Order: sequence, then C-alpha cells, then structure tokens
Amino acid sequence: MKVIVCVKQVPDTSGKVAVNPDGTLNRASMETITNPDDMNAVEAALKLKDETGCKVIVVTMGPPPAEGMLRELLAMGADEGYLISGREFGGSDTYATSQIVAAGVNKIGVEKGDIVMCGRQAIDGDTAQVGPQIAEKLHLPQVTYAADIHKDGDDITVKRMLEDGYMTIKVKTPCLLTCIKELNQPRYMSVGGIFEAYSKPVTVLDYEALKDDPLIDPTTIGLKGSPTNILVSFTPPQKGAGMMLEGADMGTCEKLAGMLAAKHII
Amino acid sequence: MAFNNTDLAAFKDVWVFCEQREGKLMPTDFELISEGRRLADELGVDLCGLLLGDNVEGIAKELGGYGADKVYVCDHSLLKVYTTDAYAKVICDVIEELKPEAFLIGATNIGRDLGPRCAARLHTGLCADCTHLDVDMGIYKDFLHEASTLEDARIDGLNTAMVLGEKHDVSRDLKMTRPAFGGHLMASIICPRFRPTMATVRPGVMKKRPFDQAKADACQIIKPKFELSESDLNTQVTEVVKAAKKLVDLIGADFIVSVGRGISKDVEGGIKLAEELAAELGGVVGGSRAVIDSGWLSADHQVGQTGKTVHPKVYVALGISGAIQHKAGMQDSECIIAVNKNDSAPIFEIADYGICGDLFKVTPMLTEAIRAAKAAK
Repeated sequence: MKVIVCVKQVPDTSGKVAVNPDGTLNRASMETITNPDDMNAVEAALKLKDETGCKVIVVTMGPPPAEGMLRELLAMGADEGYLISGREFGGSDTYATSQIVAAGVNKIGVEKGDIVMCGRQAIDGDTAQVGPQIAEKLHLPQVTYAADIHKDGDDITVKRMLEDGYMTIKVKTPCLLTCIKELNQPRYMSVGGIFEAYSKPVTVLDYEALKDDPLIDPTTIGLKGSPTNILVSFTPPQKGAGMMLEGADMGTCEKLAGMLAAKHII
Repeated sequence: MAFNNTDLAAFKDVWVFCEQREGKLMPTDFELISEGRRLADELGVDLCGLLLGDNVEGIAKELGGYGADKVYVCDHSLLKVYTTDAYAKVICDVIEELKPEAFLIGATNIGRDLGPRCAARLHTGLCADCTHLDVDMGIYKDFLHEASTLEDARIDGLNTAMVLGEKHDVSRDLKMTRPAFGGHLMASIICPRFRPTMATVRPGVMKKRPFDQAKADACQIIKPKFELSESDLNTQVTEVVKAAKKLVDLIGADFIVSVGRGISKDVEGGIKLAEELAAELGGVVGGSRAVIDSGWLSADHQVGQTGKTVHPKVYVALGISGAIQHKAGMQDSECIIAVNKNDSAPIFEIADYGICGDLFKVTPMLTEAIRAAKAAK
C-alpha cells in the first residue's frame, strides 16, 4: 500500500500580493510555500504511514525549483518525490494539468489499496478542479472535502464536509481524496528528517518520460491542450482609502454613528 | 451518432444544474436560474433546469417561476443522496444526448465536486467559482469599464481572442469572470473550442428575480431517458448529518462584526464585545482565519479566501490587520469600518471609516453611540 500526494508550490497570500502594472502577478517578489490544503494531505498520508507503515510519495508539477518544496516534504517524512517538469506542460489549464499529473501518477503506478491525495484547492487559482479531474482521468472514485479519514482493510471511510453538515462515505481503494484544513495539523520537519531528506530519491518526469502515456498528447496538454483560454485578466479598481477618524474616544464613535445614521446605513 | 463536442453548431440552450438536498431546492438554484435567463435571452435560446433526485418532479415547476422554460427531471432511487459517480454519469449521459451550449452549476461543496468530474469526462472547459457571466459584448464591456482598470481602448478591442494561433470571434462565447489571488486579480475565461461551456458560480452573487407564477405554470417538465445501476457506484454514503448547532449565516447577513488576532489578550471578552455590537446592528459575528485556526470561533464564522465571501451593508473589522486572504472575503462590503491599534494595518487601505485605537475600549463606545444614534432617529 502507498499514498501518492499531489502538491503544488504557490505564492504566499498571507502577506501582500504584488501585482505588476500590466495586471499580471509579480511572482518574483512573493515568497513561495507549499499550498496549505496540500500540507493537510501530506499530513494525512504521513499519519497513515505512522499507522500502517505504508509508503508516502509526493508529486508536484512545476518548474525545477519546486524540488526544494519536495525536499521539505521528504524532511517531514515522505519517502520519495516526483517532479513533473517540462516546457511542453506550460500554459496548462486545470483540464490539461490533470491529464499530465494523472500520467505522472500512472508512471508511479496505482494499485489496489493505494490512495491518491490532493489538497482541496490551491490558494493561487482557488479552482478546486484538479483533484476531481485527476480522479476522472485515472478512473478512480473520488471523495472531496475530506475532514476525517479512516482506513479499514481495503475500504476507506471519509467524513466529507458539506456547508450545513457532513456525509460519511465509504469508498474502496484505490481512490482519490481531497483534503481540507479541518483534517489535521501538519507536522514540522524534524532535524533527522532534514538530514535524511537529501538522500531520499527525487525523480524528474519530463515530457520524454511521460510521452508514451495515452493521456499525454499535444492536443490535451499545455496551452494547446487547454479547453479554456484567458480572454483578458485585469485588476479591479482600488477602493479609495476611506476616512481615518481622529481620536478613539466617545466623541469619535458618536461622530461615526452620526455619519452612518445620516447616510441611512444604520 | 458519436458525441462530438467540437461541433459547436450542434449545441444550444443554457442549462442550470439545480441542486437539491433532502428533496429541497437550494437557494443557489434560483440565483442561477435567474442569471441563466439573462444569458439564454442574450443567446436567443431556451433556459433549462436539470434536476436529479428521487421523486423530485413536484419541486421542478418552481424553477419556472424564476425563468426556466423547461426542467429536465431525472428521478431514481440512487439519485436521492448526492454521489459523484451517479450524478456525473447521469449528467454526462444526458448532456451527450441533448447537447446544451452552456452548463452552469452552483459552486457549493457538491457543485465543486461534480463540475470538474463532468468537465473532465466531457473533455470541455470549466471555469471555477465565477462571479460574473456575460454573452452580450455591449453588456460585458460596460461591466469591464466599471469593474476593471483596463484602458478603454483595450476593452473596446476585446472582440476577438487568439486561439491556437488564429483570431477567434468571442461574441457568442460565454465570458466567465472570476477572481484569483483573493480578488487582487480578475480574469475573464472563455471556452472557445468545446461545448458545453461549463461554469461553477459562487453562491450569493447572482441576483434572484421576482417569482412569476404564470411562468412557473408554463414551465415544461421533461423526463429524459438515462440508465443507472448499483454497479455504477464506487462509493456508499452511510449517513448524512446536519450540523447540530445552527450555523451562522454570514452570506445572508446585512451586518457583520468580525474579530481578528487583536482579541488575543482577552478572547472571550473580545468576542462578547463583538456580539454586543452585532446585536445592536442586527447582525452576526465573523472571524479571521487566525481566530478560527486558534479555535476561538468555529469554522462557520470564517470570513476570507478559505472561508466565506461576504458583502454585507456594513462590515466591522475589530483587530483584524487585513491580510490579503481576509480582504478577499470582505472587500466588496458596502461599508467597511475598521478598528485597529496599528495605524499602518492594511485593513485601513480598504476601510471607509477607520479608527486607530484599542478595540476593547472603542467597541463598547461604538455600540453605545450607534444605540444612541438609532434612538435619536
């Protein structure tokens, strides 16, 4: 049994987002992190490893520096890393991305008992689409919004969150789960883990390595294989900074309440 | 005939997936039907609802009252409770048979499970969590003039897009606009080569039309043929549990008072002050991610990119610094009031009214002042 966790390196949006004058994101000026929901998926996989001794493999698609992120996940306790990287893969939308990542997962191999895990959504795109689309491409059953995961033989029981409650879902392996932050608290890298991380294998999967998979076709990957196109991207007008009121006493509060009342806001 | 999703002319009508839970339609269904009506009119086609469930035919006509010309109803005992496998199979089979041009799904926890699975199977494009949809170029450009910082000349020239190296006329494409990076960037997406064009649409954003009884009576109910059996399902839902306590309705609230890390020195006291102000305003209490992650408020209170997106009449931010992921969830509020000790907190950049001060001192005074101002009216 093994758990394959699909992860993404994203700009950190807990700080300020830097936007270029042309409306594109100034990625260079932002720190990168492992996507938060993906960290919950990694932690869920490592918990299963603690319980069952299964192998944990982390996979990402991204530029070569994303290897650094994989090393951090290996230092947390993952066993192997795969970096899917190639110019041919650039410009992919969620459909094309899922084709490529699914081909990468196929290369690693999914067998009975295995679980593929993803974070629910990445904080850069917020689409929550790649997980279910990988599941479809791999013909695996999916359970999204997993807030609790129990393995019982070849079956998995998942607590799947809804807006107004939850469902309990039983699913057979192999399957794909997408994880949310309520699932767990990701562990830190350990000192020993950091030491070992550099002796663990990270395999690069480029176009050559994946091209024989039927999922990899010029019409289904990269910009040309993406069903969606960006017509235009733009920044919304900055809301003009409002009024800083003087002081912070009863007079200030009365003045504010007076303005709200005058504008019929209260 | 085999399903050819690149034969664009073979596809027509706008469809809306009408989600039901426990046999009841979701509020999002009426929002999407209302919005879908406008899009169908712009395209000159019919608007159709697609309703799956077990014995749900009786609730279908109501959708007509908000604009649906027809509702396709798929009744089956295996469709009573949502499962990805059963719903995706029936929907994809019906779409391949009846060929809608556009397919809208509410971006609920269920819609965002279902949409990508169907789009991947149908080999078509899906745009996630849209906040604006357009077909008509004039209306679309008016929207961009108002909601973007693009230069007028750029907007006026947006009649074509380069698709696979060729100029493509976008006038009949659905322009699907969505925020990324917590609203700092917006993008309009098209799906020029495949049909149906698919979008999940953020709940609470599209406006519901007034209900029209005559239109509801005239709505046609159609039961398309489909096949479904136990063997199509790889998952088993063993229970569906409603949250025991009543969850806070942030999306529907007109007034929200949210607390941030600033309450840390007296968590209970800070929340109590927020509750008192919210009660005076007739609103509810929200919180930033830090507050939810620390366990001070439950997850249903979270405002922000990973929580709820809200647009109340008044949003009061108490001790919230205004990280981008928080602003993403509240920056479209009609009036933002921020109280923070740090005068350089980013929240002041978007606040209509800012008070630099200690929330523990300012909040009770503000509650009192608002009470007095209301009494004086």
